[in-house]
Formats: sequence, structure tokens, C-alpha cells
Amino acid sequence: MNQPLQTPHEILESPDFKRLVKKRWSVSLVLTCTMLIVYFGFLLLVAFNKQVLATRIGEYTTLAIPIGLGIILFAWVLTGIYVFWANNHYDTAVENLKNKIS
Amino acid sequence: MYLSLLLQATPTTSSLGTANPVSIGMFFLFVAVTLYITYWAAKKTKTGSEFYAAGRSISGFQNGLALAGDYMSAASFLGIAGMVATKGYDGLIYSIGFLVGWPLIMFLIAEPLRNLGKYTFADVVAFRLRQRPIRIVSSVGSLMTIAFYLIAQMVGAGGLIKTLFGLEYEIAVVVVGIVMTLYVLFGGMIATTWVQIIKAVLLLSGATVLVLLSLAKFGFSPAALLENVSTTYGQEMLSPGGYITNPFDALSLGLALMLGTAGLPHILMRFYTVPDAKAARKSVFVATGFIGYFYLLTFLIGFSAMALVGKPSIEAIDKGGNMAALLLAEQTGGTAFLGFIAAVAFATILAVVAGLTLSGASSISHDLYVHVFKKGVSDEKGEMKVARRATVALGILSILLGLVFKGQNVAFMVGLAFSIAASANFPALLMSIIWKRFTTKGAVWSIATGAILSLVLIVLSPTIMVDIMGYEEAIFPLKNPALVSMSGAFLMGIVVSLLQPEPAAAAKFESEKLRTYLGVGAE
Repeated sequence: MNQPLQTPHEILESPDFKRLVKKRWSVSLVLTCTMLIVYFGFLLLVAFNKQVLATRIGEYTTLAIPIGLGIILFAWVLTGIYVFWANNHYDTAVENLKNKIS
Repeated sequence: MYLSLLLQATPTTSSLGTANPVSIGMFFLFVAVTLYITYWAAKKTKTGSEFYAAGRSISGFQNGLALAGDYMSAASFLGIAGMVATKGYDGLIYSIGFLVGWPLIMFLIAEPLRNLGKYTFADVVAFRLRQRPIRIVSSVGSLMTIAFYLIAQMVGAGGLIKTLFGLEYEIAVVVVGIVMTLYVLFGGMIATTWVQIIKAVLLLSGATVLVLLSLAKFGFSPAALLENVSTTYGQEMLSPGGYITNPFDALSLGLALMLGTAGLPHILMRFYTVPDAKAARKSVFVATGFIGYFYLLTFLIGFSAMALVGKPSIEAIDKGGNMAALLLAEQTGGTAFLGFIAAVAFATILAVVAGLTLSGASSISHDLYVHVFKKGVSDEKGEMKVARRATVALGILSILLGLVFKGQNVAFMVGLAFSIAASANFPALLMSIIWKRFTTKGAVWSIATGAILSLVLIVLSPTIMVDIMGYEEAIFPLKNPALVSMSGAFLMGIVVSLLQPEPAAAAKFESEKLRTYLGVGAE
């Protein structure tokens, strides 16, 4: 209420908005790179060092099984982390900026 | 991806292929319920926003289920379970590739796509670029992806239904074509979404019951199941085998599976059905969870089938193992349960082809008719008329293609669809969202390069030259072209954009940011 309203152009030029966009992409890029590294790391392991994955960790269970299923779980957890961040931080900042638009 | 759903073998040891009253009953029930939903949806489908985007009324959770429904095709249900049942662990490598694209959709695409677009992903690419050229090339990219995916689904459907119900291939293809056309034509996105949701729930619950029934035979101990597999078929079944040997092959296939998901028009279109970016985000989280769970189930179903039905019996019915899940259902739950799972598989196909047809029709009516032929000025009535005509045309076309490709090996077409999606659709979409200096010419060249390279290289690849045409060696070494075609598309987009800047597009990039990041003015 007490905040001065700004024109859309002023919002675009404001440090708050620029910081928000930058932050959004750093979070996205970190998460994207994590996913890429994990997935392609796994593929390279499959291509170059199958023996490691064939190591038994139980009587018959191989290391490959928890790793494979773990990647599926990990991918989901990553989406959860993003949603948590976006719901708690990004959306609040977006609301603040939107309220300032004249 | 290379999951052959061509089931020509005649079943010998099971009741597959004979008319099963439970499966026929279940199937009719599904069709009756979904057609009733279509009737209900038809009354709510008047405007363009209702036809293409369900009036933006779908919740994040519902859309998540529907996305999962769109993505869990019969090929992944039967094909991946079959791959695990015959080749062991390697099947899981495949499912991982299909799953890991989802987080990327969320981090890179979902929210800007929702905020900038209206009905198709071309809305986003064309947002600040010149409409006509962009609309033409991106609809070609979309339609190519859809066509190859659709052919694979229709041919698979005909073969599958013949095996499941003993119905003639031709009749099966015609029935699938007509029912899905009815959904889309009258119920638009509302009906299509609910068909997806029902199918997703049926598929997930059916697969869960199948896993529980199977694990019950091993005292609910997955370790005991793995022990059985290892002692009968060898320990090598439980770790990566011969599926990936060449790292470049692995990289290329991985890229196609991962980024192709982020370029599938029928998946991208679903983000317009939710009210805002927050719901779009939630729907990816829900979808990733369900799809991940589904792949866990297919993994267990595959090993259970290997242990309980036996690899030889599975391969005797279909070499690719596509009947593994169904044989397992019969073994653990009897004919009635087989009928249930068979009907679920059929429902799965119907839902997926309906989603594909709707996104194809949108591309024709929204991108081509409105923005190319009418130069952006068209009344809603005219657009809807074209959308409905396009739906009927695509329905007929898919039936014809299903008939023409009968008995052909079309399994490679899913791989090709993913490669085109990853090379033609994804790079242009991503660059238009994140890169200020991206230009109209850059986009056109990028899309054309991605599509053409995918097509040409797949013909020259071992997938077609060796496996289908029977040459000793292929000219292009990789099984999937995405590594080269996608890199080419990015490179072309960047080089052409830098060579000839488009100041108007760059200027608009700044002003669209309020819409991209804050959702101001989003439809």
C-alpha cells in the first residue's frame, strides 16, 4: 500500500526484478546440470565400467539395481526441490513485484 | 524406443488371442464411460480456449495425472516390462532415459511456456519473432513428430488388439481411429484430459495389483524374486548387459529420450490446461512421481514375468517379450485379471492417440490456419471449424496409415519421433525462451536442420540400414541421430542468429520478461 507504484518499464529495470530472474536461472541451471551429470554419469558407467555395477551388494542384488532405481527417485526429488524453492521464494518475490506495477 | 509391438506370433499356451468376456466387458465399459464423458465435455466445449486448453480449468494434480497418462503408452507398459523379462536389467536403463527428461521440462520450459503461450508451443517460439515463417516450420516439426508417433501407436494397437481379443487387425485399427476421433472432435481437451486421467489411474492401479500378486509368490520379498531370476537365468540378468556398448550410442539415445520428452507437442500442449505457472510446476512434480513409480512397477513386472512365466514361454509368444505383462497377469490372477490388464492396455492406446490427434489438430488450425492463412486475424468460429475438420482428417489419416503400415517394422518410428522432438522442437523452444538474440531466421534454420538431419541420419543409421534393409553396415554409425541432429540444430540457430541480428526481436525479449517471469498478461 505504501510502496510507490512503478511503471512496467521501471519494474523491468529494477534490481529486484533482475535479481529474481538471475536467481531463477541459477536455480534452474544448477538443478539441470545435476540431473545431466547424474544421468550421463550413469550411462558412461554402463558403457565403460559394467563390472562396478555388477558388484553384489546383497546375496544376489547388484549395485546396479539401487543405482538405477535411485536415479528415478533422485529425478523426482529434484523436481520436488524446485517446487519447494519456487513456491516459497520465487512466488513471494513475484507477488511483491506484481503489486508494485502501476 | 525400439520396442516392437508387431505381434504376429500366434499364442499357443495361453488364452491370449481368444475373445475373453472380461476383457471385452471391461473394454466396452471403458469406451462407454469415456464416450459419456465426451458427451458431457461437448456441452462445455464451445470456445477455442475450451477446445484446445480445457478452459484452463484443470488443476495441477489432475494435469500431472493426465501428463503421466499421455506419457505412459502401451509401448512403455508392455515394451519395457517385456525388455526386462527377456534381457533383464537393460530394460531399466531405457526407462531411466524416459524419466529424466521430466525434471528438465520443469527447470527449463514449463513456466515460461505456460506464461507466454496460448495453445501450442509455437506460440512461444513465435512470440517475438515473425509469425508466418515460425508457424510454418514449427507446425511441420510438430506434425512430423506426431505423425511418426501416431503410426507407431496405430500399428502397435492393431497388432496388440489382434493378440488380445482375437479381433482382426483392420477392424481394431478402425475402431481405435473412430473412438479417439469422437473424443477429440466433440470433447476437445476436456474429454481428452479426463480420458488420460482415467487411463492413468487404471494403468497405475492395474500394474500395482499385478506387482502385488506376483510378489506374493515370493513372500513379498523382492530379494527372493531376484534370487529366483539369478539362479534360473544367471546373475548377469541383474546388471547391465549388451544393450549399451558404444558410449556415443548411449549419449545419443540418452539425449533423444531426455530432451525429446521436452519437445513432444502433445505433452507441451497440456501445460495450457492449467490456470497458471504455479499449477504447471506442480503438474510436472506429480507427473514425474507417477511416471517414476510406473517404471518401478514395470521393472518388477518384467522380473516377475521372467521368474514366474519363464523367459522361453514369453519369447515363444513374442520375440520382443511384449506379452510378458499379460502372461504374468494370466498366471497370477487368472483369465479375469488378464482381461482387465488387456482392457487397460487398449485404453492406454486410445488415450495416447487421442492426445496426439488433438495436438496435431491444434497445430493445423491454430498455427497454420489462423497464423499463416489468415495472417493472425480469424474469428473463433472459423478457427474451431478448421480445428474440428483437422481432427476428422487426422482420424482418417491415422486409420489409413495404420492400414498401410500393417506388418511393417515401425518400432523405429518412436525413436525417430523423439529425435525430431529433441532436435527440431526443443532447441528452438529453449533458445526462444532464454536467448535474447535469437532471430526468426535462426529459428527457421534450427528447426529445419533438426528435422532434416533426424530424418536423413535415421535412414542412414543401423536402425534402418542394418535392421530393416539388411545391409551389413550402416553409413551413419549411431542408432539414434539426436547427438548430431540436435547439436546441428543448436549450432545452426546460434550461427544464423548471430550473422543476421533482428533488433525488433531482441527488443521484445526485454518487454516480454514481465510476462515470462511474473505471468503478467498471461492467458
